[in-house]
Amino acid sequence: MSALAQVAGDPAVDPVAPAPETQKRSWTAYLLLLPGVLWLGVFFILPLVQLASVSLQSRYPGFPGYYYRDLNFQNYVSALTDYAPHFARSFLYAGLATLLAFVVAYPLAYAMAFKAGRWRNLMMICVVAPFFTSFILRTFAWSQILADEGWVVRSLDVLHLLPGGQIINTPVAVVAGLTYNFLPFMVLPIYASLERADPRVIEAGGDLYANGFTTFRTVTLPMSMPGVLAGTLLTFIPAAGDFVNMELLGPQRGKMVGNVINDQFLAIPGGYPVAAALSFTLMAAILAMVFLYVRRFGTEELV
Amino acid sequence: MAGFREARGDLLLESVTKSFGDFTAVDDIDLTVPRGSFFALLGPSGCGKTTTLRMVAGLEQPTTGRVKIGETDLTGSRPYERPVNTVFQSYALFPHLTIRDNVAFGPKRRKDKDAASRAADALELVQMTQFAGRKPAQLSGGQQQRVALARALVNHPEVLLLDEPLGALDLKLRREMQVELKRIQTEVGLTFIHVTHDQEEAMTMADTVAVMNKGRIEQMGAPAALYDLPRTRFVANFLGQANTGEGTIEAVDGDHLVADVFGTKVQILKSRSQVHEGRVLFGVRPEKVTVSRKQPDDVGNDVKGVVRDVSFLGVATSYLVDMPSGATWSCYEQNLDVEPVDLRPGDEVWLTWNPGHAFGVPADA
Repeated sequence: MSALAQVAGDPAVDPVAPAPETQKRSWTAYLLLLPGVLWLGVFFILPLVQLASVSLQSRYPGFPGYYYRDLNFQNYVSALTDYAPHFARSFLYAGLATLLAFVVAYPLAYAMAFKAGRWRNLMMICVVAPFFTSFILRTFAWSQILADEGWVVRSLDVLHLLPGGQIINTPVAVVAGLTYNFLPFMVLPIYASLERADPRVIEAGGDLYANGFTTFRTVTLPMSMPGVLAGTLLTFIPAAGDFVNMELLGPQRGKMVGNVINDQFLAIPGGYPVAAALSFTLMAAILAMVFLYVRRFGTEELV
Repeated sequence: MAGFREARGDLLLESVTKSFGDFTAVDDIDLTVPRGSFFALLGPSGCGKTTTLRMVAGLEQPTTGRVKIGETDLTGSRPYERPVNTVFQSYALFPHLTIRDNVAFGPKRRKDKDAASRAADALELVQMTQFAGRKPAQLSGGQQQRVALARALVNHPEVLLLDEPLGALDLKLRREMQVELKRIQTEVGLTFIHVTHDQEEAMTMADTVAVMNKGRIEQMGAPAALYDLPRTRFVANFLGQANTGEGTIEAVDGDHLVADVFGTKVQILKSRSQVHEGRVLFGVRPEKVTVSRKQPDDVGNDVKGVVRDVSFLGVATSYLVDMPSGATWSCYEQNLDVEPVDLRPGDEVWLTWNPGHAFGVPADA
């Protein structure tokens, strides 16, 4: 079947195709690319260049809010030294949220793909339903759920399972919020890769002397790795840069790097260059981590 | 391995039935497959042959009945507890593993210390050694098929199940693999159960063929016997071509029955007819019918028809002849003479056959 697909795909690279045809086709391709390229150019590349320039600017002493063009790498030094704990917290909380989301999402996606039967569509709607309300609103809802007077805290209190007596305004609430908010991004790719897996391949595991758990460990899980990879990236990357969950659910002290960037941009006079430097540092750090992660767990060779 | 059932002997299905809701996929089958034989389950899609296979593999459990190998009852046991392996229709190779690891999968699960060398031997057997390091997606359909075979054979199962293993291959490759499969079966001496809808495939490879229809086994036997003497209308039509006509048995003449088929008196050997009175479906295979311009001298078992179509096939010529009954018969004449019988559409011809080659099956079945 792969041979068939190859044959079907080949005409596109046929070297003897008539030249005018090719020319026309390539023009069409550029035309189709144009809106996307323009959009990215104007709203992504240009602001990025602008941000890079700001991250190296210096401010006029005595005139907060005014900067001159410069190559002030001190901004980066201060971003890394003053805010190292914030970076660490961001990656820790995002990492924990990713792990938790994976633990919750995998069984859910597995059930949807293999066990749900006619309930599958309903489950899918439930997973996607939160997107019908705004991100901020949902996070506010969590501040209600986890509030000191809320039923969660009270129940835990009664059971003496909550030594601190509080969830809201703690890192626990932040990680819980991050986990909840990015859960669909973990569920959907895993579901997609499990759903695509040939059930006969999983049966083959059983046929070849692997019991249920071994088949899962040696066949099902590896086959769903592309989905797991996509899901963890889609969860970790936005979670690491998020500031809303910390803002609404987190403690007053011990913020994440997203909050620092937000404050530097909006609350602290003259904070633009440092905020820009922080943004770039965050971006570079995430890129580096993603690169290493994909290098280690990448599964491009999978069908 | 916990729960693994070592078993040796013939494969036995005892009154096995499988229902899915209201639908009965397999209807009270009794079957014995002798150890070491090449057995084919032949039937159209939806006849229950794959369900039967899956019950032997343990991928389905029978609604009622038992599945045994020798004295060991396997009913209710899980697939991984059975000394049975399957070559799946779509091959079902593990996409994330190399060919080598695919083949070594079974032995590794059974904690075989020689897993690697056994996998290498199995790949050798199917001539795929040079592809050991590749992933399944990098192989062609025929190559994947060989790997799937090796992955099952490496375990030396008591019974090897093949679910339409050649279905996805082109004709030439299919022919090659038929010979190859037969060679491997002879070499390893395992019981092979081959499910297929391709009657030619079943007949060329299997020692015994069971023809299935609507969840039941219609007839079982050696390919030549099934072809020569079908016992039901379904088998007559499904296994090769048959020229048939419905009629009524009118007399018994010594060893022969005489039937009236659309006004023509035909003879059937008593021993070759499943019914001896009343309605009968008379049949004769295309290659047993002779086409001639003149009425043959020995009277009886000849019918006049009109040629509709002539196809020259090289070794033979195939004729389609419209019969007075309205049916169209097919005749297959070997081109033995240098001068072929020059027949054209529209010509009147006489069809005749040796009464010993005719058969009779129940008309209503």
